[in-house]
Amino acid sequence: MTFDDLVTHAGQWLRGDGPHDKIVVSSRIRFARNLKDRPFPGWAKKAERLKILGEIQDQVAAIPAMDDGYNAPLQDLSALQKQILVERHLVSREHASKSAGSAVVISHDQQLSIMINEEDHLRMQSLLPGLQLREAYKINNEADLFLEDRLPYAFHPELGYLTACPTNVGTGLRASAMVHLPGLVLAEQINQIVNSVGKIGLAVRGLYGEGTEALGNLFQVSNQTTLGEAEEEIIDRLVKVIEQIIEHEQNARQMLLERRANMLLDQIGRAYGILGNARAIASKETLNLLSVMKLGADLGLFPESAQLAVDELFMTTQPAHLQLAEKKEKLSPEERDTLRADLVRAKVKKIPEPDIAKVTPTSNGNGKKKDK
Amino acid sequence: MLCDVCQKNDATVYLTQIVEGKMQKVNLCEDCAKEKGVSDPTGFAMADLLLGLGATQQIEHGGQPAQKCPVCGFTQIDFKKTGRLGCSACYDTFADGLANLLKGMHKGLKHTGKMPAKLSRRFAMADRVKSLETDLKKAVKNEKYEDAARLRDEIQKLEHELQA
Repeated sequence: MTFDDLVTHAGQWLRGDGPHDKIVVSSRIRFARNLKDRPFPGWAKKAERLKILGEIQDQVAAIPAMDDGYNAPLQDLSALQKQILVERHLVSREHASKSAGSAVVISHDQQLSIMINEEDHLRMQSLLPGLQLREAYKINNEADLFLEDRLPYAFHPELGYLTACPTNVGTGLRASAMVHLPGLVLAEQINQIVNSVGKIGLAVRGLYGEGTEALGNLFQVSNQTTLGEAEEEIIDRLVKVIEQIIEHEQNARQMLLERRANMLLDQIGRAYGILGNARAIASKETLNLLSVMKLGADLGLFPESAQLAVDELFMTTQPAHLQLAEKKEKLSPEERDTLRADLVRAKVKKIPEPDIAKVTPTSNGNGKKKDK
Repeated sequence: MLCDVCQKNDATVYLTQIVEGKMQKVNLCEDCAKEKGVSDPTGFAMADLLLGLGATQQIEHGGQPAQKCPVCGFTQIDFKKTGRLGCSACYDTFADGLANLLKGMHKGLKHTGKMPAKLSRRFAMADRVKSLETDLKKAVKNEKYEDAARLRDEIQKLEHELQA
């Protein structure tokens, strides 16, 4: 599989359906694994790192799920290609900064991606659409079972899987879900949620971690600790919390429809207006407005087809994706903003105006009519 | 206010994170923030950052100051710099100091999750040897020498397999 194949066939999670996919964008499971008594990538000299890579890469490529997959040493990738992989969530930012001595192997369906010599010798992750943490765990586990027979893992009877950073020791597991919470943000309840999730030892971060008002109302919920709990327990606990977050988000949306419908419609109308007419737009603003459009589509204000168009724009308006589409190595920020606006305008113009009738009748549900 | 990491420049980046009801605060200068990846918060966890601060002092209290990993040559000073360990053997080298660190970081100190199947067979065998050995002692004490001979053979067989 070539890089072009990889780019043209977007990962399933991007356009895929999954349980609760209106609120849970994607589920991810990551394992950290290392070879016994060999220096971790950050400490190994270059020659040693290359040697370790050589020992691991063939075994990883031999995993059945990696049949006809993508396999490349990082020095063979251009800066733009690396950035594309980051925007697709197929490699971490840290891994994208690596060069000779590191590699990435991605399965044909792009559900499984294995980074070699990131912070640990092996970082394997699976990514699925919607709330499917247990399914993603299964995919990762199969790859892990294949590799554990062929590679001497660093495993300690007390401490479990040993990792470069002590924060990952034990299961080496990071389970996370990307959730879209515009309702809770608009209802100004998001801080409570973030705080209470933090109290039970899970972490909530924005897509790009900017405090609580995340870009595009996207948040990552993940486990914080890895030692002292079995994998299933960690995942079960996380799933329970995410199910509660989903319920809170649904309640917030319902509350907004019933009590603040005008504000909600105003937001959606403005997002539609700006995205459909802007001539230059930055990536931050785009994400935030797309999020509101997505909310509108979830609420049925836009036809079904709009949903996919909006979801795709989340990805295609990212800087590296824009650059790739333009087939130019370097674009200035101004050029990018113009291109982004062109792209968004073309797509949003095809979406009919928000169908307000879908929303207003709900106010008679509780017999309380708010004055206009 | 000075940066908590380099103690040289003025801190301009203030981070607060609440984990399990405990508030953690760190103040950084721009250079250290960049170096620690704070400007790229996707790959960033507060615990990692704190590793470079209070946590590394804990690992130092654990052992003698000049402790060095016999397998990879890693020292505590390196840990202070990077917040990462050198190799899997470092977990034994710095075990005393790490125990304190891990206690504050995780739910427990014992891994209860899955393990490589190969190892789990070995651990099961080692456990079996231990229990056979107690049986053997009992048998000898009760003068059941036939049982003892059988147990001894079984233990030898298992130990032979374990060494293979």
